[in-house]
Amino acid sequence: MDIELKDTPGQLLLALQPISEMGGNIQSVVHCHDKRTPRGTVPIHVVFEVAKEGLMEIIRRIKANGVIVARVDERRLHEQTFVMLIGHIVHTDISETIDAVDSTGHSEIVDLTLSMPDVKRVSSAFMVIAADSEDSLALALNVLRATAEDKGLLVIEPIKDDAIWM
Amino acid sequence: MNEIEELSGLSFRISIIGFGAVGQGLAKVLLSKRETLQRMGIDIRVVAIADSVSLLKGSEGIDLEKALQAKEVSGRVGEEIDTGDGAREVLESVEHDLMVEATPTDIRSGEPALTHILRALASGKHVVTSNKGPFIHNHATLIETARKNDLMLRYEATVGGAMPIINLIQENLAGNTIERIEGVLNGTCNYILTRMADERLDYQHALLEAQELGIAEADPSYDVMGIDSASKLVILANTAYENDATFDDVKITGITEITPEALELAEKNGYTIRLIGEATRDRLVVAPKLVSKRHPLAIRGTLNIATIHTDLSKTITVSGAGAGSIETASAILSDIIHIYKRHEIKKGGGD
Ligand SMILES: NC(=O)c1ccc[n+]([C@@H]2O[C@H](COP(=O)([O-])OP(=O)(O)OC[C@H]3O[C@@H](n4cnc5c(N)ncnc54)[C@H](OP(=O)(O)O)[C@@H]3O)[C@@H](O)[C@H]2O)c1
Repeated sequence: MDIELKDTPGQLLLALQPISEMGGNIQSVVHCHDKRTPRGTVPIHVVFEVAKEGLMEIIRRIKANGVIVARVDERRLHEQTFVMLIGHIVHTDISETIDAVDSTGHSEIVDLTLSMPDVKRVSSAFMVIAADSEDSLALALNVLRATAEDKGLLVIEPIKDDAIWM
Repeated sequence: MNEIEELSGLSFRISIIGFGAVGQGLAKVLLSKRETLQRMGIDIRVVAIADSVSLLKGSEGIDLEKALQAKEVSGRVGEEIDTGDGAREVLESVEHDLMVEATPTDIRSGEPALTHILRALASGKHVVTSNKGPFIHNHATLIETARKNDLMLRYEATVGGAMPIINLIQENLAGNTIERIEGVLNGTCNYILTRMADERLDYQHALLEAQELGIAEADPSYDVMGIDSASKLVILANTAYENDATFDDVKITGITEITPEALELAEKNGYTIRLIGEATRDRLVVAPKLVSKRHPLAIRGTLNIATIHTDLSKTITVSGAGAGSIETASAILSDIIHIYKRHEIKKGGGD
C-alpha cells in the first residue's frame, strides 16, 4: 500500500495503528524522507498481511486518521504451504530455486530458514510459499519440484491435512 | 459345497505353511487361547505344518507344543520332504478347511505364496495369509479366484501387523467412499526417524542401533528404501478402490537422505518428518513428509498408524504394532475366527 504522510511527527503511527488494530502483520515500511510528492507529502510504501475481510476497514480507518491512501496493491497471497529441501542447497544456488518460484508471478517464498551443518554435509531449508490461488500454489510447487529434481535436492512436502491447517 | 456339508459336526481344520516367526506365533496364540476359543465354541485343529524342508501331519490335531519344540531343537517341524514342496503335499494328502500361508515375502514373483494360495483356493480351502508378496502383482486374480470358488481369502496381517485396517475398510467402512488413505506403514523407518529426531543421531547411527535391537534387518534396504511401505500401500489401495494396482504404480522415496539437521529444522517449525504412504484412487506415493508434531501421524517408535478419509465416516485413524510374531498372529487368528463363523453359518446355524 502506498500512502502519503504530512511531514509532521506522529504521522506514521496514525497510518500504521489501524493495521495492527485489525490484526494485520506489518512486513515492511519503506520511508523515503528525501522524496516529496507534488502535494508536498512524504510517500511511504507499507507491506502488510491481513485477512481479506480486514482490508477495507483498515483503509477506512487510515483515511479517517487524515492519511492519504494513494494506492492499494492487493496481492492476495492467501494460499500458503511450506516445504523442506534437503541436499546441497547452497552449492546449487538457492537463489535460483527461489527465483524459479517467484518467477511464476503469482507466488513467492515468503519465509526461508536454512540449516547448514558444515561444508561437507548436506544442508536443509524450510520454506513457506504463498500464492494468490490454489492453482498458483500448485504451479509454484511443481516449479519447485522440477528445480529441486534438476539440482538433486530432496523435497519434503507436508501431508495434506497439515497444509490445510496453515 | 458338498465338502462343507460333510464337515458338519467336525472341528475346523487348518494347515500352516511356513513355520517361522509368524507361523510359530500362531501356534503359540492357539495354545494360549485354547480355553477362550473353547468357551466361544470354536474348535480349531491344526492338521498340518510345513516349513521349507519338512512336513508334520496329524489329522486328529497336531500337538502344537511338541511342534514348536521340535522346530526349536532341530530347525525342522516334521519329516523331511524330498519334493521340497510341503504345501502341495499338504493340499494333496491332508483334508482340511483352511490354509494359513506364512512363508517369506517375495515382492517380485509373489512366490512361493502365490502358487500356494491359488492351489489352496482351487482345492476348496479358505486362505488366511500374512504374506504381502502374492498381492502386489496379482491382487485381482487372487480375489477373483476366491470368489469364483466361493471361498474366503483374508489378509489382515499383510498390512500393519496387529493394526486392524484391511477388514476395517472392507467391513466396518463398507458403503463409504474412501477418498484417501495415509499412514506410517513401516515400523523400522519410523523407529529410525524417531531416534534421529530425539537424539540428533545421523541416519547411519540410528540404523545401526535399530539393527542391534533387531528392529532393522541386516540388509535394511527393503524397509528404508520404502519398498515395504509401498507394498502395503498397494494392498491398501487395491482393497479400498478394488483396483489392480501393482508395485510399479507407486512413486517411492525412502528415508536414507534424511538428516538430523533437517529433522531439527522441521521441529523448530512445529513439524517432524515421517515416511508416509498415501493412496488415492489414482495416485500412490511413499515419501518422507512433514507432519505436525501434534498430528496423530507423527507417531513414535515402531508403531504403525493409518488415517482413512471417507465421505460418510469422515476421518478414521487406527494404530498398533506393525510387526511382531504374536501381534501378527493375532491378526491371523482373527481372520480364522471370522471365516470359521461364516463357515458355521453356511453349514446351517452352527449346530
Ligand atoms: N514377522 C512379522 O512381524 C511379520 C509381520 C507381518 C507380516 N509378515 C509376513 O509374514 C510372512 C512370514 O513372516 P515370518 O517373519 O514368519 O518369516 P520367517 O520367520 O522367515 O518364516 C518363514 C517360514 O516359511 C518357511 N518357508 C520358506 N519357504 C517355504 C516353502 N516353500 N514352503 C513351506 N514353508 C516355507 C520357512 O521355513 P524354514 O523354517 O525351514 O526356513 C519359515 O518357517 C512373511 O511373508 C512376512 O512378510 C511378518
